[in-house]
Amino acid sequence: MTAPVAADAQVDAQVVVENLVKRFGDFVAVDHASFRIGHGEIMGFLGPNGAGKSTIIRILCGLLRPSAGRVSVAGIDVARDPELVRQRIGYMSQKFSLYRDLTVEENLRFFGGIYRVPRGELAERMRFAIDMAGLGGREKTLVGTLAGGWQQRLALGCAVLHRPPILFLDEPTSGVEPKSRRRFWDLIHALAADGVTVLVSTHYMDEAEYCHRAALINQGRIIATGSPDALKHTALGGELLLIECEALGPALAALRQQAPGVIDASVFGNAIHVLVRDADRGIDELPAYLERRALPPIRIERINPSLEDVFVQLIAADAAKRRQAA
Amino acid sequence: MRVRRIKAMVVKEVLQVWRDPRSLIIALLLPFTQMFLFGYGINLDLKHLPICTFDREGSQFSQDLLKRFQASLYFAIAENVKTYPQLAAAIDRGDCQAGIVIPPDFSERLNDTGSTSVQAILDGTDDNTANIALGYAATVVTGYSNDVRISALARQGRALQQVLPLAVQSRVWFNEDLESRNFIVPGLVAVILALVGAQLTALTISREWERGTMELLVSTPVTSTEVMVGKLIPYLVLGWLDAAFCLIVAALWFDVPFRGTFATLFLTTTLFLIVVLGIGYLFSVLIHSQIGASQIALVATLLPAMLLSGYVFPIDQMPAFIQKVTYLIYARYYVTIIKAIFLKGAGIADLLAPILFLAIYALAVVALAARAFRKRLA
Repeated sequence: MTAPVAADAQVDAQVVVENLVKRFGDFVAVDHASFRIGHGEIMGFLGPNGAGKSTIIRILCGLLRPSAGRVSVAGIDVARDPELVRQRIGYMSQKFSLYRDLTVEENLRFFGGIYRVPRGELAERMRFAIDMAGLGGREKTLVGTLAGGWQQRLALGCAVLHRPPILFLDEPTSGVEPKSRRRFWDLIHALAADGVTVLVSTHYMDEAEYCHRAALINQGRIIATGSPDALKHTALGGELLLIECEALGPALAALRQQAPGVIDASVFGNAIHVLVRDADRGIDELPAYLERRALPPIRIERINPSLEDVFVQLIAADAAKRRQAA
Repeated sequence: MRVRRIKAMVVKEVLQVWRDPRSLIIALLLPFTQMFLFGYGINLDLKHLPICTFDREGSQFSQDLLKRFQASLYFAIAENVKTYPQLAAAIDRGDCQAGIVIPPDFSERLNDTGSTSVQAILDGTDDNTANIALGYAATVVTGYSNDVRISALARQGRALQQVLPLAVQSRVWFNEDLESRNFIVPGLVAVILALVGAQLTALTISREWERGTMELLVSTPVTSTEVMVGKLIPYLVLGWLDAAFCLIVAALWFDVPFRGTFATLFLTTTLFLIVVLGIGYLFSVLIHSQIGASQIALVATLLPAMLLSGYVFPIDQMPAFIQKVTYLIYARYYVTIIKAIFLKGAGIADLLAPILFLAIYALAVVALAARAFRKRLA
């Protein structure tokens, strides 16, 4: 799933965001975000609901005015010429926003007209979108009666009808069953392979694995950016151990106090994930440490961190940093 | 403005209206019911007003006079009563709206002094009807009184010409029969178009907000003006259909004389439709819910159109301040125009002032609506 794009992303950036700030009254929705997305790259926005993912995407589409910072899409300053930007982007909003009371074909024809897809090409583009969404034979079906996965794929079809070089997809797979989600990601990869730049947000951590690069967003701030592998191996700043224990609470407290070599610990399901400077030393030293406190571990082993581990760790570190600053 | 995008908007809007029973009911059923409901319901003509008579004399003269009332188009004798309490009871029950009481010395005094009086008792709860009834009663009595004098003089052998030195020869123009329907129904067309027009467009933008389709529409290169024009065109066509329907019903069903030209009618009606559709659109832009926009549009269009346009209630009878306010009521201009086209056969040259006002209004509303709908969300 990785592609050799991260390196030249800086040179050939299709999306450039520098020190972007968006305030709604006193609330800071986006707090000095900076990132770039290269040509043909799939960039994932990861973060919980309300982290500011949608806000950034809507600013990139020219739907919201930034409070500060610079945003350029396809080399165009969004604040200066949003209409020109809109011709070069395709957008899928978080909430399904095709016309439910129109048929598949009528929706496509409408967006074809709005984007002024050349008449000679329109039939072929509509065919492409219908095939891509797997909606052959359902051209005359009212969109409102389609199942969620089909609706999402049609929305993608409408968004790419005019061959935009850049796609903004805001949680396109939320509420869609896993099989459809998988298929949707295949479509995104096919588009990226054709040179389309894609920014896609999701709150499913596992979906980040499909992205070339991911940005972790929390409380309006981008707290890490990198390929999923790089994030997992470097962003943590250590290695991960899994410890199973009878008494989770006391064990967690003990590990967080002054356990040797432990950077941080947090509960994951019925186990504790412990971030240590060195996994081998941890496996040697920690069982004894816990036994001395009458908290013998049932199991201790080294695990590969998931992006969720990374995320939890980074959020905790970010919160600590803020507390210090304040 | 790109024709291609406007066309796409128009097609989409037509499909949506076609599939939305609510819009279709407003567009087609509302004018139909309103036209007949108000066309028949509102009638300011006083005809066959039920009265009771209380003839306390029962002479040849008194019966002659009462026959005059019976023969008059304006009155119908509902009851002959024998006592005042019966008369009062009949008015209380609402069986009659006026009582004519002939005193017991009616003919005696007429013979002795040459002058006598008749009492009219009126139900003042509806003062308008009471006033008109009083006027008609006076006319009947005066007519009878003249005849009495003429016959008395004739008996003395004097010629009639000397009797009535002055007489009004009245000639009513434009609404020769003084049929109130003739001036109400054209105004009614204005009221209905104001109501229906604003209702149609009140839903159009708020629907996009409510269904979440606005989010995507705004992200496309379509401009605010293209959205507005694309959305107004289908409703203008619907408005033309409604106008044609109402005007045909007015002319053919209610027999209101049509003396103007279609060109004048078309031009002025189109201007008026642009104003009302624009106002509905404006509310739709400002209020993001369909219900809210539709209710505000209802209050903002129907009430002024009904009360302040001069459709039924004459503007020159209003207090001076309210009269000034009516200049802001766009329906006022169209009511003036359409009555003049129907009844006077007025052409564009005769109607320059109200047409100009309407045109200014149309421009202002469209400009405001285009400005109000900004594509940027916040």
